[in-house]
Amino acid sequence: MGEVRLESIARECRVQILRMLAHAGSGHPGGSLSVIDILTTLYFGRLKFDPKRPDWPERDRVVLSKGHAVPALYAVLARAGYFPEKQLITLRKLGSPLQGHPDRTALPGMEAATGSLGQGLSISLGLALGLKLANVKSRVYCILGDGEIQEGQVWEAAMSAPKLGQPQHALDNLAVILDYNQIQLDNFVKKVLDIEPVIAKWQSFGWPVIEIDGHDIAQITKALDQAEATTGGPTFIVAHTVKGKGVSFMENDPEWHGKAPKPAEAIKAIREVLGVTESAWEDYLKTDSATRAIVDELSALEKK
Amino acid sequence: MPAKASRAAFGEALLDLGARDERIVTLDADLSKSTMTVNFAKKYPQRAFNLGIAESNMIGVGAGMALTGRIPFACSFACFIVGRFETIRISVAYTNANLKIVGTHSGIAIGEDGYSQMGIEDIACIRSLPNIGIIQPADELETKQVIAYAVEHQGPLYLRLTRQNLEPVCPPDYRFQYGRWLALRPGHDVTLIGTGGPLFNCLEAAKQLEADGISAEVINAACIKPLDEEMLVQSAGRTGHVVTVEDHTVAGGLGGAVAEFLGDVLPTPMKRLGVHGFGESGDAKGLYAKHGLDPAGITASVKKFLNR
Repeated sequence: MGEVRLESIARECRVQILRMLAHAGSGHPGGSLSVIDILTTLYFGRLKFDPKRPDWPERDRVVLSKGHAVPALYAVLARAGYFPEKQLITLRKLGSPLQGHPDRTALPGMEAATGSLGQGLSISLGLALGLKLANVKSRVYCILGDGEIQEGQVWEAAMSAPKLGQPQHALDNLAVILDYNQIQLDNFVKKVLDIEPVIAKWQSFGWPVIEIDGHDIAQITKALDQAEATTGGPTFIVAHTVKGKGVSFMENDPEWHGKAPKPAEAIKAIREVLGVTESAWEDYLKTDSATRAIVDELSALEKK
Repeated sequence: MPAKASRAAFGEALLDLGARDERIVTLDADLSKSTMTVNFAKKYPQRAFNLGIAESNMIGVGAGMALTGRIPFACSFACFIVGRFETIRISVAYTNANLKIVGTHSGIAIGEDGYSQMGIEDIACIRSLPNIGIIQPADELETKQVIAYAVEHQGPLYLRLTRQNLEPVCPPDYRFQYGRWLALRPGHDVTLIGTGGPLFNCLEAAKQLEADGISAEVINAACIKPLDEEMLVQSAGRTGHVVTVEDHTVAGGLGGAVAEFLGDVLPTPMKRLGVHGFGESGDAKGLYAKHGLDPAGITASVKKFLNR
């Protein structure tokens, strides 16, 4: 039952990702769509937070180290009540707190500035250690991109984390999730700089590793349970994902790493995400006023 | 007070402050014996973290800890700190993390180890970042006050310290104020603004200049960002000539900051003394003489600048 609810929220968030990127005219759909099931499961199935008190010391923290996927985080934060959903279409516009990459100081609910890849894991270590020292029971979740772990700083942090704070303040409040969608900006990760054998690498650095399908909410939930039950150090979760997941013409195509859909493309993508055939689309929209409004808004944008 | 390295004064101040404030933690990258946090680590092992030779991770971990309310001091040589500029740029400055970054072994005065260990571009780089302040204390008294201030300051700071001993220059009743400079010696012909290591040499040069009939006001610019704009305008307006002295490249350091500001509001003839090119191995005294940062060099430069 919980999974059906989370799948439904993830669908809504996918729609919002496509909507805001089309309005922005630039951004990163592929990696936002690959990570959204993970973020949805975290925020609506797991995390302790209060959108009215974004600085609540006992909240759980999410650091989206692959900051270019921030449209996914914005969709989730809006759905969670941090800010109104209508603000989503200000993404990347002058004066908006919804910066192209995360700005912690601009938007309540953001835990760190990321987007310069390779830095989020170190910050997450610091958050986890700081919480341990302060005797706060909150958990920290760090989401890395697969291309991102080509950065050297990731391996400094990877080497450090299992040992940091030991033994009294071991970082068992930290779970790191790899969004392994196999594509980076220039090409497939394998072709640019293969990161395999990725599981053996993290294991050899001292991390317990769990391998899951990053679009299967039951598997994500189970992995997060396992991570939470692990004591004595952090846990690494390899989530196999599909870049552009849910949109046929975006899936597994490096072209859609950093290219926004045009409004007509976004409408088609939204229809696919919602699982409606082309012939049934007009009738469907009569039954779903929220989507109707988004589609009308995109159609108006197309005519501009 | 005998001469003391500002890194040593920093280590002593941390021990003292650490007893009073549990939020203080230290982070090091295998140089704790050199950055002088080693005694803090011995006394408070649960609050001292050695991240190994991995400065980027150390700075990022410090930023994360700061976001949970700890007050971390992340320490390494100034050159290795600024080498991780991109992490400072995003994880510290843009994040506005309340992290205190400590760069010791600043300048060519470290001597024999040579250029790769000399932090001489750190001010120029870090000065370009919003949010983060830069302080360089000039003696033991000032260092201890600056460290105490850093604990109270909300927001990131870069603290620039020396390996070498520093002669006392500040009066016993001195009280450090963020964004404020101190005139150590009055004068009306030229404003001599020093910071950190060479400040004592500025005072020595001023004595020689006085003997030669030139009255130099000597200012301690401990706070490099923000500048004490009020004192700078007043002094430059009065003397009409400004000379800056620092153990840092002449590009973009204190001299650069002063030139940029005066260029905007009160264009004033200026001479910037500092390091030209790369540093090199040698004894500190010889290196200061080579780069004109010793009393004789400063005196000669001021005279030439004033055509006297």
